[in-house]
Amino acid sequence: MADLVTPETENEAASLLAQTGSAAVAFKGAGTKADWGRPPNRLDLIVRTTKLTGVIDHAAGDMVAVVRAGTPLAQLQQVLAANGQQLAIDSPAAEATVGGVVAANVSGPRRLAYGTIRDLLIGVTIVRADGVIARAGGRVVKNVAGYDLGKLFTGSFGTLGLITECVFRLHPLPGTSITVTAPVDDPAQVLTAIRHAQLTPSAVEIDMPSGVPATLAILLEGGAAAARAEVAARLLGPDAVQAVPPWWNSYPWTAGGIGMKVCVPLSAVPALSTVGVHLRGSAGTGVLYASVPPERVAQVRDAARKAGGHSTVITSPQLIDEDPVPGINIMRRIKNQFDPSGRLAPGTFVAGI
Amino acid sequence: MSAIAALAATLRRHLPGRQVITDRQELRTYECDGLTQYRVTPALVVFPHDAAECALIVKACAEAGIPFVARGSGTGLSGGALPHAEGVLIVTTHMRAIRAVSVADERAVVEPGVINLDITKAVRSDGYYYAPDPSSQQICSIGGNVAENSGGAHCLKYGFTTNHVTGLEIVAPDGELVRLGGYALDPPGYDLIGAFVGSEGTLGIATEVTVRLTRLPQAVRTLLAAFQHTDEAGAATSAIIAAGIIPAAIEIMDALAIEAAEAAVQCGYPEGAGAVLIVELDGHQADVGEQFTQVVGLIEQCGSFEIRLASDDAERALFWKGRKSAFAAVGRISPDYIVQDGVIPRTALPIVLRRINDLATQSGTRVANVFHAGDGNLHPLVLFDASEPGAAERAEEVSGAILDLCIEHGGSITGEHGVGVDKAKYMPRMFSDDDLETMQMLRCAFDPASIANPGKVFPTPRLCGEVPGHRRGVHPAVAAGLAEAF
Repeated sequence: MADLVTPETENEAASLLAQTGSAAVAFKGAGTKADWGRPPNRLDLIVRTTKLTGVIDHAAGDMVAVVRAGTPLAQLQQVLAANGQQLAIDSPAAEATVGGVVAANVSGPRRLAYGTIRDLLIGVTIVRADGVIARAGGRVVKNVAGYDLGKLFTGSFGTLGLITECVFRLHPLPGTSITVTAPVDDPAQVLTAIRHAQLTPSAVEIDMPSGVPATLAILLEGGAAAARAEVAARLLGPDAVQAVPPWWNSYPWTAGGIGMKVCVPLSAVPALSTVGVHLRGSAGTGVLYASVPPERVAQVRDAARKAGGHSTVITSPQLIDEDPVPGINIMRRIKNQFDPSGRLAPGTFVAGI
Repeated sequence: MSAIAALAATLRRHLPGRQVITDRQELRTYECDGLTQYRVTPALVVFPHDAAECALIVKACAEAGIPFVARGSGTGLSGGALPHAEGVLIVTTHMRAIRAVSVADERAVVEPGVINLDITKAVRSDGYYYAPDPSSQQICSIGGNVAENSGGAHCLKYGFTTNHVTGLEIVAPDGELVRLGGYALDPPGYDLIGAFVGSEGTLGIATEVTVRLTRLPQAVRTLLAAFQHTDEAGAATSAIIAAGIIPAAIEIMDALAIEAAEAAVQCGYPEGAGAVLIVELDGHQADVGEQFTQVVGLIEQCGSFEIRLASDDAERALFWKGRKSAFAAVGRISPDYIVQDGVIPRTALPIVLRRINDLATQSGTRVANVFHAGDGNLHPLVLFDASEPGAAERAEEVSGAILDLCIEHGGSITGEHGVGVDKAKYMPRMFSDDDLETMQMLRCAFDPASIANPGKVFPTPRLCGEVPGHRRGVHPAVAAGLAEAF
């Protein structure tokens, strides 16, 4: 049974890592993604970030916020909203911490307009496996000084170090948000029409349950959202309604099931419906999530690969072999540099890293 | 036979004669990039025609322990492509094919020597473009853009190169060809594309780049506003952003920059302007119309004495002509000049501009200011006459002091030109030893022998054999009172 420690400061977290030698450590925020990834090979210590909290600075005029990693995303959004701003990221888990969102590279519908957390993270502070505190990036949006370690740590699932502080670029809260939703018989045709219409949607989401017609939902934000929503409704057909669908910003799998992420070229999204699993996600960017019965895992992987994309298992009750990961040699060398004794979340990442 | 001569002989066995250059005179053609005060003649110049040849060259370098530097069009402004005297310069200008365009997938696959603007030219008729637009976009290469994470006037809204690259094929410094990402987003594992873009050629050479194509906006509207003073132009910028509007671009030029632009390209900016502000909005017709009215109102409130609205593409081009020619134009009013590139938080614009002005006055140097106001990216142009004794040193001092101002106000020593050879010495002013050491752990993972563009970015190379030290007390920034321990 691993010990649980909840450091109260970044320095305390750093001392903890420095003093625990080669003990195997996993980092945990709110624990909303505890069932993601593979279980660790060994685990002596769980370091929780839930006391490393607080918005250190919201520079509204510069549209930048500095926030401790254990801060719940919802709490950050509340602080920012007081000044009409937001961190433009969607997290299906409402209680998630910002550090967890970064470490797991969580994204949702609005990635179409704002990119993912890698695009919004402009500065990062980390504690290395050896307890050294290091920073990269800064507090300005435009900055090419030094390596962009923020991107390296985004989606690294705690295998390279502990993220303790993040600096984000912010966006204004949109005056108006309208979601137009409709079941569609021919998603390919409608998606092409939407793209041609220059509607600048903030999200184009699709829900494709197996054997049922797909539903599209289009989010339009900004001053003239109403005018654009009318065009979107026309393109979606007579069944279009202005409503956020119940499945918006949620994964299609249920707890204990297998969840996969399926990323394909845009034009290959509609054909995924033939795979026979429930898929849902961003048709506008080609990043979808699938609820997959064990016997269909291979089929989903083949479909993604044949479409020129890739798939990863996000959560699974049993171990599933992965596809080969391009660049794995470099990734292993990165892991060896940052964590030479292999003590950080060992075995939980791709290819057993 | 020297190591270089042996390498040249090896390469000639695989590559036709004209692809391997050893002639001293010809080598000198490549002695500098866009930052001409640094000059080093490379020992060898090689022109690969494809990824396999590029990998072969790098592998040969790795085996011989000879450093290599990649070069695209050579337009960089930080000496990132400055050759190594005992090394090989790998020039990608023969790798200029646009391999694939898929409008349906909103992607293009290009070789590294492809010129930035040529991507847009290839897809414009389909209603798409390639968004990052560095001022040199008519000549700079995509490979160089990837190395430098190039931005441009429109990156305020659309982001930098790093936000538009979805796939890479790279030759790692050991000669291994690695494909990362592609048309589909979010490749599994660590974000190697994110780590590679902007690494200034120190992690390898990109041999193929997959980029995102952006839908052309339905409407574009551009205005030019004249102010008495840069403070007012800065205030207008803040007011626009505070109103929740993200323009495609917001640019400011001060009086001296305007004077230079007028002398060079007769852009006809309003007479007597102490500052001009260019604002461009794009997007859906209905949004742009609404926001444009709002922007005009805000600019009037901030004291603009003349606002011009571009009525067509020709007029819009004229507004931009002065801005885009500003760097070169300064050559009309000064025999020599340094182009600086620093970043400050947008709200610090008025104070920093005033302090730059003070610096100029104290040192008797003229400084023209051109900047991407929306993201606080300053491009002060420090003017001097190299024939005047001490002038170059004074200009260099002012230029360096401007970077200190940027750091002091929480900014960066470079927003888009890169660190290269020019600013490596400033890195310790922005980052602690631990920060720099940690960044170099990434370097060591890609290039343990340190042969990819050595001497760039980092002032003190880290030996990759070293095991990272265990905790050594307090963070230096804390010890120096620069940071608070949280």
